[in-house]
Amino acid sequence: IGSHNFKEICFFERNKSCKIYSLSFFFLLPASALTTGIYMIFSTNPEMATQEVQPNETLTNLKAESDTLKTKLEDERAKLHDVELHQVAEKVDGLGQFIMKTRRTLKGHGNKVLCMDWCKDKRRIVSSSQDGKVIVWDAFTTNKEHAVTMPCTWVMACAYAPSGCAVACGGLDNKCSVYPLSLDKNENLAAKKKSVAMHTNYLSACSFTNSDMQILTSSGDGTCALWDVESGQLLQSFHGHTADVLCLDLAPSETGNTFVSGGCDKKANVWDMRSGQCIQSFETHESDINSVRYYPSGDAFASGSDDATCRLYDLRADREVAIYSKESIIFGASSVDFSLSGRLLFGGYNDYTINVWDVLKGTRVSILFGHENRVSTLRLSPDGTAFCTGSWDHTLRIWA
Amino acid sequence: MERVIVAMQDPDMGVKMRNQRLLITVIPHAMTGNDVIEWLIQKYNITEEEARHLGGLLVQYGYIYPLRDPRSLLLRSDDSPYRFQTPYFWTSSRWPASELDYAIYLAKKNIRKQGELVDYEKENYSILHKRINHTWDFVVMQAREQLRASKQRRKADRIVLECQEQAYWLINKPCPGAFDVLDLGPERCNVLSSRVALIEHSRRALGRNRVKSSICLESFMKYSEQYLHHDPIMSGCLPSNPWISDDTAHWTINTDMVGTPTRLRVERWSFSFMELLNDSMGRREFMIYLEKEFSAENLCFWVACEDLRHGESSKIILKVEEVYKNFLAPGAARWVNIDSKTMERTLEGIKRPHRFIMDDAQMHIYFLMKKDSYPRYLKSELYKNMLAKAIVPQETKKSVFPFMRRQRHSSPSPAMVTQATEDDGKAKGAGPTGTSSTTNSQI
Repeated sequence: IGSHNFKEICFFERNKSCKIYSLSFFFLLPASALTTGIYMIFSTNPEMATQEVQPNETLTNLKAESDTLKTKLEDERAKLHDVELHQVAEKVDGLGQFIMKTRRTLKGHGNKVLCMDWCKDKRRIVSSSQDGKVIVWDAFTTNKEHAVTMPCTWVMACAYAPSGCAVACGGLDNKCSVYPLSLDKNENLAAKKKSVAMHTNYLSACSFTNSDMQILTSSGDGTCALWDVESGQLLQSFHGHTADVLCLDLAPSETGNTFVSGGCDKKANVWDMRSGQCIQSFETHESDINSVRYYPSGDAFASGSDDATCRLYDLRADREVAIYSKESIIFGASSVDFSLSGRLLFGGYNDYTINVWDVLKGTRVSILFGHENRVSTLRLSPDGTAFCTGSWDHTLRIWA
Repeated sequence: MERVIVAMQDPDMGVKMRNQRLLITVIPHAMTGNDVIEWLIQKYNITEEEARHLGGLLVQYGYIYPLRDPRSLLLRSDDSPYRFQTPYFWTSSRWPASELDYAIYLAKKNIRKQGELVDYEKENYSILHKRINHTWDFVVMQAREQLRASKQRRKADRIVLECQEQAYWLINKPCPGAFDVLDLGPERCNVLSSRVALIEHSRRALGRNRVKSSICLESFMKYSEQYLHHDPIMSGCLPSNPWISDDTAHWTINTDMVGTPTRLRVERWSFSFMELLNDSMGRREFMIYLEKEFSAENLCFWVACEDLRHGESSKIILKVEEVYKNFLAPGAARWVNIDSKTMERTLEGIKRPHRFIMDDAQMHIYFLMKKDSYPRYLKSELYKNMLAKAIVPQETKKSVFPFMRRQRHSSPSPAMVTQATEDDGKAKGAGPTGTSSTTNSQI
């Protein structure tokens, strides 16, 4: 146990009525074979005799119980579902033709662009690519302002600090590092690098919270974590996903304490940042969830998945309320974001296109062509005047 | 993709297949590029542009291959002949393309027509020759056998088989620099499931309070409607969208501390308390109002708590002490009125200070302001005056010469701005001035 050759996951289950604890071990062998380990049942009450239970029996019981609870939960959720979104939306006017074009093309990355983020000044962006390059641009003038080469490839996550004075990035190095942006041309940005987060697998996403002082990360190791930038200390970790976590988004709520994450286990989980608890979970996608984004009011969030659909989940109704899909869309959605009013949902897809959806009516409003390879990242600008996409065709585009 | 391909091959509803001409040979069971596009348009009710794009992807991924010009995997919307790739060669079968097979394929080509191999193929051929030299006799023998067998086929069948194989190898061993369809990014592994955690979670979730769908969904309608005119992509923005017109006026008139705010901006403060607080100008105005009402300490307390929550870990203890001294201690200069229970809890918690210790008190004060001071502010003269003098910018007339592009000016980097004000000894809040300068600063 604890050897670096295999991981073990162990958990406790307490049966409240008779104070019996069962301790189960699962061993993951290097060849990814799974064997169930030893099951032991022991009790804190010395009067109760210890029993031995067959491993199969306990496992089937657990499965049966979790399945029953799941069905019960679905029934509860369905009880209050008295109307569909597109029905409510019938009284709203349809949207006319949308003309959105590429207004800027940012060329400079030598390889696939994997991630980007906007600066609060509404015009600067940071982008990262497969070859380890992280570039800060003034997207308005298309000038490059800073460039850093990371010591690893596949920099899948990058984020701009709220102050505009630093950027965070990470990827296959399993870390999230913060680079303060210096304006001295002679200064080597890489020298000032600060390692903040450490995971045991690739970093898939990162985001600053309300200040430059904290970073939230998600990783291929199945966890999310909150870090203190100054000290590099782990403030909170979030366990609950059963596979790689691919994306996260912070809630724009009044109390500002929650975030949502999506993963390869097809689940989208909502977390409390203070306690580390998973407060809500949604599992309706049929494949990996590549992107999650909150609706501007914070009452819902959208997700984009490899199953070629985007979905809307309402947090108060505690259920999925819309699916955005079309038979002719057969490639996964890699990245989603809302327009400022929440009426439009922009989805970047692996078939190089961007589909624009009417969030309320559930129909597709427009399809945008332009990229020559998959769209890997998409974000609305802070004032909603445009959105930026990054693609495996090595470029970024600003659309308005 | 395979779902689409299977539908296309449906004998009744699929793509029209007929004998196609390729130079002098007649190829059976083929279709034209045009047929494919027409079918896609019909079946999925999409535009020609989208159908061409989708069909193009089917070719790029190797599910349909061209008979004319087989090296270029493009879907042409004319009478160029295409065929469906045999499932044996489907990309999804994903069995790794073996070096031996590739060597045999290249050898066949080389033998058949000298000089038919293109540069990168020649290179691959010689690399393989070195690497699997020990089996080279076998490779050449196999290649000759296969060529002999194919000569005995009908010309049409021979062409088809050659194109099939060619398409397969174009995808599995693409030309360097060309698009590699099989590149899927880093591997995503899977971790084991924890049933027990699931059970705990489901139990907790069952006890949750839920709201009726009709109420929740109605709120989306309201929100979208309320923000419709504030959404630049939906309604445009005044004087113009900087990305479209290259004019940064829209940003200049909306900077943090501009003299006169725009009407839309001031209106937005009335949408929710959070909108007011999130705008630094709104927050400043609200503070002025509270000072008039002698309840400014509430907002100051809230700001101090936010600073505690989001600040450096090392300063937590110091900040908690400050907050206590200024706002909570009996006789404090800016004592805040919290209910006794919350006050008790908070004071108790201060003995062991941490980042979230002020959360309860902060929320109490937040909701106090939201329910009481905020609505009154919106009705106050201060707010009404702000709204009245707020400007509505003129829409910029489209330029007479549409091809003349404005010069795009750069703006000072937020990093520089913050450095400058820090040097003044005063820390600036988030958000730069973002004013445009006429000097193109080369950073």
